[in-house]
Amino acid sequence: MKKGSNKYQNRRDFLKKAGKWIIALPLGYLAFSLVKKTSAIHYVWQIDPLKCNQCGQCETHCVLTPSAVKCVHAYEMCGYCDICSGYLRQGVKNINTGAENQLCPTGAITRKFIEEPFFEYTIDEELCNGCAKCVKGCSDFGNGSLYIQIIHELCENCNECSIARDCPSDAIKRVPAASPYILKEEFITGDK
Amino acid sequence: MKKGFLHIIILLLLIWSALIKAQQRFPRPDFESGYVYPEYQFLSPRNPAWEYIDVMVLLGALCIITFFALYKRSRQGLIWTSVFSLAYFGFFRKGCICAVGSVQNISLALFNDGYTLPLSTLLFFLLPLLFTLVYGRVFCAGVCPFGAIQELIGIQSVNLPRKIETILSTVPYLYLGLAVLYAATDSQFIICKYDPFVGIFRLNATAAMIIFGILLLITGVFINRPYCRFLCPYGVLLNWFSRFSYKHLSITPTNCINCRLCEDSCPSNAILPSNINTKKENKGLSRRRFFIYLVLIPVFLVTGCVLFHSLSRTLSYVNKTVRLAKEIRMETELNIPAISQQAIIFKESGKTIKELYEGEEYIVKRFKKASGWLGSFFGISLGIALLSLSARRERQEYKPHKGKCYSCGRCFEYCPVPNEKNNNQ
Repeated sequence: MKKGSNKYQNRRDFLKKAGKWIIALPLGYLAFSLVKKTSAIHYVWQIDPLKCNQCGQCETHCVLTPSAVKCVHAYEMCGYCDICSGYLRQGVKNINTGAENQLCPTGAITRKFIEEPFFEYTIDEELCNGCAKCVKGCSDFGNGSLYIQIIHELCENCNECSIARDCPSDAIKRVPAASPYILKEEFITGDK
Repeated sequence: MKKGFLHIIILLLLIWSALIKAQQRFPRPDFESGYVYPEYQFLSPRNPAWEYIDVMVLLGALCIITFFALYKRSRQGLIWTSVFSLAYFGFFRKGCICAVGSVQNISLALFNDGYTLPLSTLLFFLLPLLFTLVYGRVFCAGVCPFGAIQELIGIQSVNLPRKIETILSTVPYLYLGLAVLYAATDSQFIICKYDPFVGIFRLNATAAMIIFGILLLITGVFINRPYCRFLCPYGVLLNWFSRFSYKHLSITPTNCINCRLCEDSCPSNAILPSNINTKKENKGLSRRRFFIYLVLIPVFLVTGCVLFHSLSRTLSYVNKTVRLAKEIRMETELNIPAISQQAIIFKESGKTIKELYEGEEYIVKRFKKASGWLGSFFGISLGIALLSLSARRERQEYKPHKGKCYSCGRCFEYCPVPNEKNNNQ
């Protein structure tokens, strides 16, 4: 390489330098516009229970098996019915806790007698697979007190939630980590 | 038939509206036994501080690996950093979020107003690029968990023929382009969806993805870093940035003696041989070729633009609204029943078909515009690649190819020149 006294040793050096600036300027602008859209808030995925259609894909589309989506119960909305459409299969002959009468495929709902004529229904999250069959039953014929949420202790918080990618009702959205659950009773009863 | 369909829709609409308004079908019970509502314990997400711990670990790992690659020149150190990164970013943090996937968040944030970019994601995207701009692709060497797992597994590397390598190395450009396109149109994050290793890190994924990951790892034993070289979309950006890097790993600690010992040491064909002794080409001939390639760039650009613009309709089927609109259109026009989950929910939702088509049209319009840009990008990349092939550089020493070198340090031990700083040899 010839060395000249010129500031730019030769044409190639000059072109290189010019090229660097031509590339650097738009990149700087790009970085600036990105920074403008950035916020320090941490986001997590959550299901909006009012949008959810209980299609059942939460059970199968999560990257985890079993899914990080589980059924939760808004007790304050529950009617504590004897004939619970979220607990019992439709058209059962005997209303009892027999496995053949239960809607839940994993038997994750326990029924407890409180007082005449009320029964309490509790979800065992260890067993729940997030299929939302009980949620559908409860929303179609009951008070809609059963709903599904992404349980954040289990959720891997993927960059893109693979359930959200296929959710037919766009019910899964990013919510601030400070309020990671969308509680149904807050919408309905206005509590808290 | 049509009337019946209408009735069903009206019925469904009624049910739906009833659902929304009258959730409380049964009254709240008045308990006499003093029953207290159970308190539901919602498990809280991981402390957000972890995100910033990750960023700090990333920064620390980048500094350490730079030290090992450029100053200490120790392959041993690079390997141990790889082990750490694989353990931390891979198996402990389960591969999310990673710098590779952050490309999509960036593109989603740039082209959509509704999305706020988390600061940690931005840092995960920028830090490796900044380090690359100064020190070359040290991030790839062993901070990226994907790079790390492949680095540790690549024990019996075979050199691929140049032709095959060149053809395969265009794939990342396509992958990057499509990933940006699909993220910018808010359709899908395809890098995350087809991530081969994240399933292995989590030990939990669909069988297809696990098999893909394991196959890639087995390939990786014989072909060095198959994901990094022939798939990684983020690698394209790192490649560009690394070419401008201020400092870069060198094969020789001091001066190259042209002994040719390192010539075959690089498993990713990233060593540029010295060419002082090779015959020079006729200057006029090479200059003419250079100008032909220069003229070809706009030709490629226009071709790419037109080609991808015409493909935009096909590309847009990845978007779920477009897919749904197609299904509904098939049903209304050709009487093919729409039975997908999406279609069923759409019919229940009470949205009109016109609204759906309007939504589809908006998305397709965006796809058309973006595909044009994407095609131009492919054209320009191809043109510049050709142009750079025809440019001849004089090299008096064996140098790593700044864009392709992963700073893995395999060539260090092949160099007989003693390292004066460390006086190891």
